[in-house]
Amino acid sequence: MPMIEIAHVSKWYNPTFQVLKDCTLDVAKGEVVVVCGPSGSGKSTLIKCVNGLEKIDQGTITVDGIRVDAPETNLPKLRARVGMVFQHFELFPHLSVTDNLCLAQMKALGRSRDQAVAKAMALLDRVGLKAHARKFPGQLSGGQQQRVAIARALAMDPIAMLFDEPTSALDPEMIQEVLDVMVDLAREGMTMMVVTHEMGFARSVAHRVVFMDQGEIVEDAPKAEFFGKPRSERAQTFLSRVLVASH
Amino acid sequence: MFSDFDFDVIARSARYLLVDGLGFTLTLTALATAGGVVFGTLLALARLSSLPLLPRVAGLYVNVLRSLPLVLVIFWFYFLVPYIGQWTTGASRPIQVGAFWSALITFTLFEAAYFCEIIRAGIQSIPRGQIAAGQALGLTYAQVTTTIVLPQAFRTMLPVLLTQTIVLFQDTSLVYVISITDLLGAAAKVAQRDGRLVEMYLFAAAIYFVISLTASLLVKRLQARIAIIR
Ligand SMILES: Nc1ncnc2c1ncn2[C@@H]1O[C@H](COP(=O)(O)OP(=O)(O)OP(=O)(O)O)[C@@H](O)[C@H]1O
Ligand SMILES: [Mg+2]
Repeated sequence: MPMIEIAHVSKWYNPTFQVLKDCTLDVAKGEVVVVCGPSGSGKSTLIKCVNGLEKIDQGTITVDGIRVDAPETNLPKLRARVGMVFQHFELFPHLSVTDNLCLAQMKALGRSRDQAVAKAMALLDRVGLKAHARKFPGQLSGGQQQRVAIARALAMDPIAMLFDEPTSALDPEMIQEVLDVMVDLAREGMTMMVVTHEMGFARSVAHRVVFMDQGEIVEDAPKAEFFGKPRSERAQTFLSRVLVASH
Repeated sequence: MFSDFDFDVIARSARYLLVDGLGFTLTLTALATAGGVVFGTLLALARLSSLPLLPRVAGLYVNVLRSLPLVLVIFWFYFLVPYIGQWTTGASRPIQVGAFWSALITFTLFEAAYFCEIIRAGIQSIPRGQIAAGQALGLTYAQVTTTIVLPQAFRTMLPVLLTQTIVLFQDTSLVYVISITDLLGAAAKVAQRDGRLVEMYLFAAAIYFVISLTASLLVKRLQARIAIIR
């Protein structure tokens, strides 16, 4: 059974604009799937449907055997087990780095403050930011903030991690420090669905690459096959563009 | 020209003016602000909720109260509150709540309409991504609201809320229509009793002025201190 199962999902933002068209995609346990595609193709929308931040109109989404789209599903409970990292970090600016990591551990998982802080410290150490525990998000660089955001998601002991363009709002010199953390995570066997145009990341740790265009999943192939020779012309054009852009 | 004035009248009635009068004014301001902020927050959340009907009901309430002169609301509530109390508790006779409670309830309900609009703007100023991040971490609507949205919103809107409180402080003088002895009421009574109208009204004006001005200056300083580092 796949960890994330997206089956025949369609979504409309209004009656005339269909943002997702019959999307089907599985992510197995321990698998790393990279989703790419041109701007506006629906990548963010698709990944937000996985934890129910966006509603779907047709099809089904199942995470660890639980139907995300079923009205009886306790969404907060499900989301607490699925980590999400955003393009613009979305750290809570009024809370210290430590409190950013502790808030949901305490409120959603019911951990004691001591347990939560211990976990927070271990994770901050892991992403190399233990020295910044007492600072506020606004006092950190973009790369540091995004590492804190990853640590915040990991503090919930997630069964899968969703990343929506985690490095595209960063200055070029900070991208690598964030990718390093993600690569480590992938190597440890975390289930990951990653929207990114960092093809270097895809090449080194992805198992599969999915290409989206205009709300459709145009291509879903093992990494070697995708980089070897994508079947669709649209993916080829896209790939040649991002590969040129990143060199 | 001040030679005919008897400012000694202030010293003679100081206790009455400051403890009974100003004391009442400040108490009413503080309690009505607290109540108004709490009720105003609930109204703002109702106006922004995605439930059916609730936003319309809250919106209607806010718009009606904001279209009425406060003095009229005070006056009407003074007569109506006993009957509302009777109706809601099912008592056999109108419930006499006294002028103080009547004034407090009126100001709370009235100011809540103004606080609501301030708080609503504050909530809307929080980026959508913050709410998504809270939800993605497994927090419920109530938890996202109380731990992420409101703490940030209140920091942004504190200066405006305090400015509205200064307005409320001045508005409390309207309780004269239901014969309550607030600062202005006390000054008026002494003025009548001792025939010292000019002195008393000058004194009352000076107190309102000094307190309002001091408060506005404090708000300015606070504004600089509480800004969130982004
Ligand atoms: N709330 C919304 N209401 C209406 N249209 C929306 C909404 N959110 C997104 N869209 C539209 O849906 C389409 C897909 O958006 P989405 O953000 O999923 O694309 P994306 O692939 O993530 O693009 P990018 O690479 O720019 O992040 C876009 O055309 C966008 O304008
Ligand atoms: Mg996007």
